[in-house]
Parts: sequence; structure tokens; C-alpha cells
Amino acid sequence: MEGNATIPVKRAIFRAMNRLKAALEDFGSMIFFALEALAWAFRPPFRLGLILSQMAFIGVGSVFIVGVTGTFSGMVLALQGNYAMKQFAAEGYVGGSVALALARELAPVLTALMVTGRAGSAIATELGTMRVTEQIDAMDSMAVNPIQYLVVPRVIASILMFPALTMLFNVLGYMGAYVMGVYVAKIPVGPFIEHTRTFLVPADVVHGLWKAVLFGAVVSVITCWRGYSASGGSRGVGEGTTRAVVSSSIGILVVDYALTLFSVGS
Amino acid sequence: MIQVRDLWKSFGENQVLKGITLTISRGETYVVLGGSGSGKTVLMKHVIGLFKPDRGSVHIDGVEISSLTGKALTEARGVFGMVFQGAALFDSMTVQENVAFPLVERGHAPAAEEVRERCLAKLKVVDLGEEVLERYPAELSGGMRKRVALARALVSDPQVVLYDEPTTGLDPITTAYVDGMILAAKEKLGITSMVISHDVASAFKVADRLAVLYDGHLVAEGTPAEVKASRDPYVQRYLSTWFEKQ
Repeated sequence: MEGNATIPVKRAIFRAMNRLKAALEDFGSMIFFALEALAWAFRPPFRLGLILSQMAFIGVGSVFIVGVTGTFSGMVLALQGNYAMKQFAAEGYVGGSVALALARELAPVLTALMVTGRAGSAIATELGTMRVTEQIDAMDSMAVNPIQYLVVPRVIASILMFPALTMLFNVLGYMGAYVMGVYVAKIPVGPFIEHTRTFLVPADVVHGLWKAVLFGAVVSVITCWRGYSASGGSRGVGEGTTRAVVSSSIGILVVDYALTLFSVGS
Repeated sequence: MIQVRDLWKSFGENQVLKGITLTISRGETYVVLGGSGSGKTVLMKHVIGLFKPDRGSVHIDGVEISSLTGKALTEARGVFGMVFQGAALFDSMTVQENVAFPLVERGHAPAAEEVRERCLAKLKVVDLGEEVLERYPAELSGGMRKRVALARALVSDPQVVLYDEPTTGLDPITTAYVDGMILAAKEKLGITSMVISHDVASAFKVADRLAVLYDGHLVAEGTPAEVKASRDPYVQRYLSTWFEKQ
């Protein structure tokens, strides 16, 4: 009797171990995929046109959504900051707090999340569709390496455009905060600006931009991998896209935590 | 030209190929017949190095393509052109960009005018003209897409063209046209062809030699007359589906 009772438990453990094994294999394959993309990035031919076209899609195409998100985030942060600081009669610190929060944390993270939703999902869908309709196999059969042709330009474009979009987020976010803080919450301009100058140093902005570079690499590798390894027709492409967005979002938050811990300690 | 020796391949528990051995001579049209899921496409993808065998080897002009990786494999594929089942045209590119792709992207691209001329020359082989150059694949019929795919496969003057189910999903007139196209590519350009198909009529029309793949084995191989005379029960059943209609 006792032996029979343990069978479902054993099966559940066996299934869980199999899932863990599959997840680790998938992660390992993605790391090899990233290393292969890195190796192909330094081999000719260098396709500048494809990189520029991906920069336009990932970067220029995301200006609106990143701009809107940045502006509203800055506006909300200023209003919430004013609400909290007012209790200590410290409204003058709102400008500095918002600028610091944007530069080190919110701009890179929110930019990466928004670009993942817009461009990352499109990358996974496009490559997934190309995989299941044999377009990637066709490229391979024509002696054109698909990782070099399809993946490398997207990774390079993401690494370049994520910091640029983060900077846009910073600027518009601070402008939004300024308008709300100075014109709506009536915080005096002098302390608002002065505390921004004392709180925020260039290293904080650089810290945020480095985060953006890494987020660009993480998001582009994950979304390209999910599309590139898609299988099973349109359902497989849909699942790949969903997994791409979920894995990228988690990846951004985990990498952000690790970098912040490394940067400021516990 | 192409030698496949004792090729084995499985996907998980599913053993797809069980020791395939075949030889295709230069200038020959070799057809592999078989039902859906018999492993025909898997066999073809081994020939061009898209799959690695579990055991066995594939040699192209003495070079073992199944052991190559990276840049060496990419270069070895230069001798091939391949026509995929669904044409596999790049849907974000025009017909001209599709056909020119192997010329432009393999490095040392010719001048734009020469690229255009070569594209037009190959489109002419498949009876298409200048009017389709700027169209996108979504604007073409199924038969036209297959013809553009063949033009793309031929544009870099390959020694071998692989056809994956070239007549699947086509009406009888277009099927006859595609058969003519395969024969024309052989006669006009002297190309070696490997055709994967389940279409008995087309296979017997275009093949110099053919083989029947069943349950991971080649159960019959030879000239069309030899295969037709095979006593293997599966081959007899498979071929009777068409010959009894005649």
C-alpha cells in the first residue's frame, strides 16, 4: 500500500526533473546561440544597411511609446514625490529625487520593458514565421548564414538604440517632472533645479546607460532565440512570442537587480 | 556527385531514417517517393547539411558535408540550389530581391545591372518576365511562387538543385508545368536534381532513377521501369494508387 502511494509523488518529481532538464537545455542552447551571434558579428560581410534598418525599426519606431511613457512617468513621479515630501516641508528635493530615480533605474528599465513589448515581440514573431515557413532554411541553403544575416543586425541595433531611447526617456521624464513640479505643484524653480544638480552626477546617467546596453543585448538575444527556435506552425510562433516577451521582461528585472546590487551593494 | 551512406536519424523516440544508402550521379534526376511523414524531407535536409545524422555520412563530390560546421559548411552549400515545398520566398522582399538574394548576399556581389540581367535570365527559364520583378510573394499565385523559387535556386548557377515536394498543392496544369520546368533545368542547364515527392505521376515523368522510402528504409530503387516491377508489397500498393487509375 505504502509503495503504491509513493508512485504519484515519484511521477511528479520525475516530471519536474524533466522540465528542469528541458529548461536548462534550452538556456544552454540560447547561450551558444548568443556566442555564435557574437562570433558572426566580427566576420565579413558587414551589413550596415541591415543594421541601420533595424535601428530605425527598434529605435526610431519606439520613440513615440518611449516618449509618452517617459513624460508620464516623470509627471507622476513629481506629483507623488511632492505629496510625500510636502509632509516634511522638503518639496525642493523633488527635482533631484526624480532625476536620480529616472537616470539610475526607471528610464533604463521602463524603456527596455516598453521596447520589448513593441519591437521584441515583433522580432520573435518575424523570425518565428520565417522559421516555420522554411525561410530560414532557405537562407541556409543559399550559403547565407541566417544568424549573421538576421540576428547580428538586431542585436547590434538593440545595443545601440536602447541607451539612446533611455536618454530620451530621461530628458522627457525630467521635463514632465519639471512641468508638474514647478507649474502644478508650485515648487520653487531654484531648489528644484539646484537639488537636481547636487543629487545627480554624470556617473548616475552613465550607470543607467550601461544598464540599457545590457538590456538591449538581453532582450535582442532572447527574442531572436525564441523566434529562431520556434516550431509547430502558427501556434508555435504565438507561443514563442509570448515566451520571448515574458522571458525578456524577467531577464530585464533580474539583470537590473544584479547590476544594482553590484553597483550600490546591499 | 552525391553519396549517402548508411544514414540514421531519430527525433526523440521517433527513428525516422534507418540506414539509407544511395548514390546520385552528375546530371541525373533522382526522385525519392514516399508517403507523408516517411522522412523524405529529413533525408533531403541531410544532403544539404541542414540536419546532422546520428550515424552515417553524406558526401558531395568527395567532401563529407555531414561533418562540416560553420563557415566551411556555409561555403560547401554553394553548389546547391533548393526549391522548398512552400517556395519559402522572403515575404518582406520583392521578386527581384528574392531571386538576387544568393548573388548579392554571398559576398562579391556583381554590379546592380548585372544582377538584374541575371535575375531576368533565370525568370525567363521559368517563363516569367520583367512585370513580376517588383511584386511581393503575397501578390503571386502558388504556381508563380514555385517558379520564382526555382529561378532563385538557379540564379547562382548551382551544380545540384534539390526540390522538396515541388508539385504539392498545385492544380494539374501547373503540376505539368512544374514537371516541365524540372526537365528543362536538367536539359538546358545540365543540372543534377534530387526531387522529394509523393506524386507518382510527376516522379515517373521526371526521374532518371527513383527510390521509394518507407519506414526509414529505401524499399525499392532503380529506373522507373525497375521500380514499377518491384515485388515489394508497399511499393506495389503505393504505385497502384496511380497506375490503376490509368
